[in-house]
Amino acid sequence: MQVETLVGGFGGQGILFFGRILAIAGMLQNFEVSWYPSYGPEMRGGTANCTIIVADQEIGSPVSDHPHLCVAMNEPSLHRYGILVKKGGNVVINSSLIGTEWEKDGVHVDLVPGNSLAMEKAGDPRVLNMVLLGAANERMHIVSFEYLYAAVKDQLSGKPQGLVDHNLKAIDVGRDYILRGDVACW
Amino acid sequence: MQKILMKGNDAVAEAAVQAGCNLYFGYPITPQTEISEYLSRRLPDTGGVFLQAESEIGAIYMVYGAAAAGKRVMTSSSGPGFSLKQEGISYLCSAELPCVLVNISRGGPGLGNIQPSQADYFQAVKGGGHGDYRVLVLAPCSVQELVDLTYLAFYLADKYRNPVEILGDGMLGQMMEPVVFRNPDYPDISKEEWVITGKKTRERRIILCFALDPKELEKLNLHLAEKYAEMERSEVLYEVYGSEQPELLLVGYGTVGRILKSVVREAEKQGIRLALVRPVTLYPFPKEILRGQARKAGKALVVEMNLGQMVEDVKLSVEGDVPVYFHGRSGGMIPTVEEIMHRVEEILLKGGEARENNL
Repeated sequence: MQVETLVGGFGGQGILFFGRILAIAGMLQNFEVSWYPSYGPEMRGGTANCTIIVADQEIGSPVSDHPHLCVAMNEPSLHRYGILVKKGGNVVINSSLIGTEWEKDGVHVDLVPGNSLAMEKAGDPRVLNMVLLGAANERMHIVSFEYLYAAVKDQLSGKPQGLVDHNLKAIDVGRDYILRGDVACW
Repeated sequence: MQKILMKGNDAVAEAAVQAGCNLYFGYPITPQTEISEYLSRRLPDTGGVFLQAESEIGAIYMVYGAAAAGKRVMTSSSGPGFSLKQEGISYLCSAELPCVLVNISRGGPGLGNIQPSQADYFQAVKGGGHGDYRVLVLAPCSVQELVDLTYLAFYLADKYRNPVEILGDGMLGQMMEPVVFRNPDYPDISKEEWVITGKKTRERRIILCFALDPKELEKLNLHLAEKYAEMERSEVLYEVYGSEQPELLLVGYGTVGRILKSVVREAEKQGIRLALVRPVTLYPFPKEILRGQARKAGKALVVEMNLGQMVEDVKLSVEGDVPVYFHGRSGGMIPTVEEIMHRVEEILLKGGEARENNL
């Protein structure tokens, strides 16, 4: 098993934290993991991306030519990275910010209104990354949810309890959105 | 032992502290600045010194001073910053001063860019500075190996009284992987015989990096050559991976080494048998295993993130026995599994007709 995830968006949307939580959860579940951020010109231009690989064997390249999953938090990253996704793969689109129709042959698309779910259901606009992580992980079953919760608690230890709770809640909000199947389609 | 998810740069810094390095002199440059950042927080707690020098040249001569005083000391840089240290590295070799140098290399030449690259191979293994000298060069391919080779680097530096370079790249420095810190407790090597720590009652000592009398300087060079020969006998490290009966041998180090593991596995799915030799020490170079494996496979493909540097050493190692092909990307481009697979197929299908390189 090897799941390659590419997550992209604006700086400040929590792309690297999304990756860190997924990677730590994978590590806690005893998978091999790698996390590779954009640190170059993209970062300096205001967009960010991060590749996370979770595997049950030694990871070769930490970069993915054709990821199994793309999480697009903004429109430029959808057009740039969505196109790379493998046949049979998934794209999770933050439909709060992306209004354009997008499809790729053989790729499943979920429209998840990350920003509004974060604000309205999870109680904090900052946790949109965790909403999308919950949704993506429910779609792909990369790691067990208990490890995502454990990773959040680990990474936010020492932070105000409210923030921890909102992040944990956000993962469930995203998960439920996929589970209930009320994912919008164009 | 607890696994921690850590960035390569942070992991090198932590391993250095655990190896007993409590002096660091450096100057910031992407993509290795986290090493400085980490040590600026960590070293004061250990009673050590973190110092951001006025320049890379300043930093390397601070390393020289600290090493002469017998301390475990490290510096790190990248690209143009590492170039600036070359004069000092030559001096350190001449004066036989142990230290660890970390180059988290980036795209060049010139100011280049900040993306991963292996364009500093020649600089690292052929002597980037002046004079007839060698630096022991270690090339990790994962965050765990960065840690393990950092421990080793401090030991080898003391053992040979010679600088040891860890040659990584921006990808290794910036990526996070789970890592376990297992300090292997290498034997302590006494420096009592040569350090400058205040003469008190003993004889005066001078550490020099020059000898005006050519006879003396030749003697120094011959002595250094003996050390290098001993390194070649004792310190060669490499990894062999993949098929026992390969149709083609792949050769790559560091980041490319791990990408080539993906290629070996991808090829296996398609019924193509590949083997990989991943040099872990770039100097001394693993000539013998390469010659043996290349003969077994009948042909070799060297992949690098430059336009052909280590390939020269591979050709020297196989001594013309088998054709050696090359695939390289440069300027911060990372070769993909897909493009390397194309190259493999081309070589296996066309044999002698295949292009020697992808340029």
